[in-house]
Amino acid sequence: MNFLRAVLISKWTKVVVFALCLVPLAILLWKGFHNDLSANPVQYVEHRTGDWILRFLCITLAITPLRKILHLPQLIRFRRMMGLFAFFYACLHFSTWFGVDRYFEWNLILDDVGKRPFITVGFTGFVLMIPLAVTSTAGWIRRLGGKRWQKLHRLVYFSAVAGVIHYYWLVKSDVRKPLEYGFIVALLLGWRIWSWLANRPKPGALRVKHEEAVTAESA
Amino acid sequence: MLVKRAPELTYKDVTPKRFYMGRRNFLLGLAVTAGAVEAWKRLPRVFAGPPTGTVPHPITGLKKWPGSTTEAVTPENDVTHYNNFYEFGTGKSDPAQNAGDFVTYPWSVSVEGEVEKPRKFTIDEIMKLAPLEERIYRHRCVEAWSIVVPWIGYSFNVLAKAVQPKPTAKFVAFQTYYNSGVMPWASSAGIELPYVEGLRIDEAMHPLTLLCTGMYGGTLPNQDGAPVRMVIPWKYGFKSIKSLVKIKFVKKQPSTTWNMENPYWYGFYSNVNPDVDRPRWSQKMEHRLGQGFFARPIPTQMFNGYGDQVASLYSGMDLTKCY
Repeated sequence: MNFLRAVLISKWTKVVVFALCLVPLAILLWKGFHNDLSANPVQYVEHRTGDWILRFLCITLAITPLRKILHLPQLIRFRRMMGLFAFFYACLHFSTWFGVDRYFEWNLILDDVGKRPFITVGFTGFVLMIPLAVTSTAGWIRRLGGKRWQKLHRLVYFSAVAGVIHYYWLVKSDVRKPLEYGFIVALLLGWRIWSWLANRPKPGALRVKHEEAVTAESA
Repeated sequence: MLVKRAPELTYKDVTPKRFYMGRRNFLLGLAVTAGAVEAWKRLPRVFAGPPTGTVPHPITGLKKWPGSTTEAVTPENDVTHYNNFYEFGTGKSDPAQNAGDFVTYPWSVSVEGEVEKPRKFTIDEIMKLAPLEERIYRHRCVEAWSIVVPWIGYSFNVLAKAVQPKPTAKFVAFQTYYNSGVMPWASSAGIELPYVEGLRIDEAMHPLTLLCTGMYGGTLPNQDGAPVRMVIPWKYGFKSIKSLVKIKFVKKQPSTTWNMENPYWYGFYSNVNPDVDRPRWSQKMEHRLGQGFFARPIPTQMFNGYGDQVASLYSGMDLTKCY
């Protein structure tokens, strides 16, 4: 376990993880150069990047439960990187759709965002990630203050849910994969609700303390 | 100044060893489970061996149909590796991978219903009923992609005339082969199967409506609907039903698979129409397959560009309502 901790706090681990997170992009570029992106390369890139957004969002959301359950606070060092990679792949996903799929046709794009619920919800999930990426620096945590920063960053819950709905509404009939993501996101958000309920100060306990204090004073 | 002291830790507070050790086991367990699930999924393919199904063979003596489009034909490999054939998987590359064991010879198609001479046709009889033509059609999927394919076959009305439809035949219902023993996804595709489609009788009898037995100079690959399918070039691709086993002339408009799945999204007619959007895809543009990542999408044409020939079938109809 000490070894694991040592690995987790090593700066090299961060470098390695960073490189690993770029592998999906490297694979896409490699396939692109070798003309191996399927018959419909635009859709292929959209689907692959879309998958990776959801995966990185799940990893990001898994960090807090894992560090609490496994007593590995060092995991927090990777949360920002995971979140930013989710945003990175979201940018690739969005720009592929915007620039290559829709070819900067504003009429089509506005039409899509307004009229097609799956695009509306996906776009919303993406937009919600922008302030989180912007305020991901230490400077912004300081400027906002920890509490407010944390509150703002809970928006990621909505992004993850939006991502799952976006995927669920996209597929025509085989909803297994979106449901897999849905299950994982539900589990991760469910854990948060559970831990919030479990750690909530009990009203009864508070009153006892207060009475004790009163008694102590009068004594 | 108040200095808070941490309470003394005693043996009571020590995490029991089984929990402490359990963390690693938990992680290991996760990894092992994930590995096992993945291996289980791949297992059948490892033991499957080479495919045992029918493979395409060249067709000779083809007549070139004069009405073919002059647009660039889509590379064959793209057409055979990007399919919607849910009985063989819902991913676009699944059918090419999973249809290898599908045996499509011998084969017969039952033609029945409101006809004077109902009968079964073997695939050999179908191939000889009329001279086979090579027709290059545009093919537009409702998912906003399109291909240009040199199909092989002849007008469906040749087969229809051979069974002599009665005047009471107002529609034609088509049905795809169904067997969950050979079609690995047949029972889990998420849509109701066997796949069924339908046309109005005048649509079915239109000379453009093709009874198709081949493409790219050979018989059909399994994933593209071997051994015989329909091709209706002015309608979205899902109307062009694959691997036909039954054709029934009927009095009333028959049920069709995607329409039953979602009547609002997939109408009975499903003519290619850039002005009628679907909730999932705008139908104004399409991506022509096989042209690379940065290829500009092209505008979709009314009736997929076959309006001169087929628009008259729908005169007086509101196509935004009858979509």
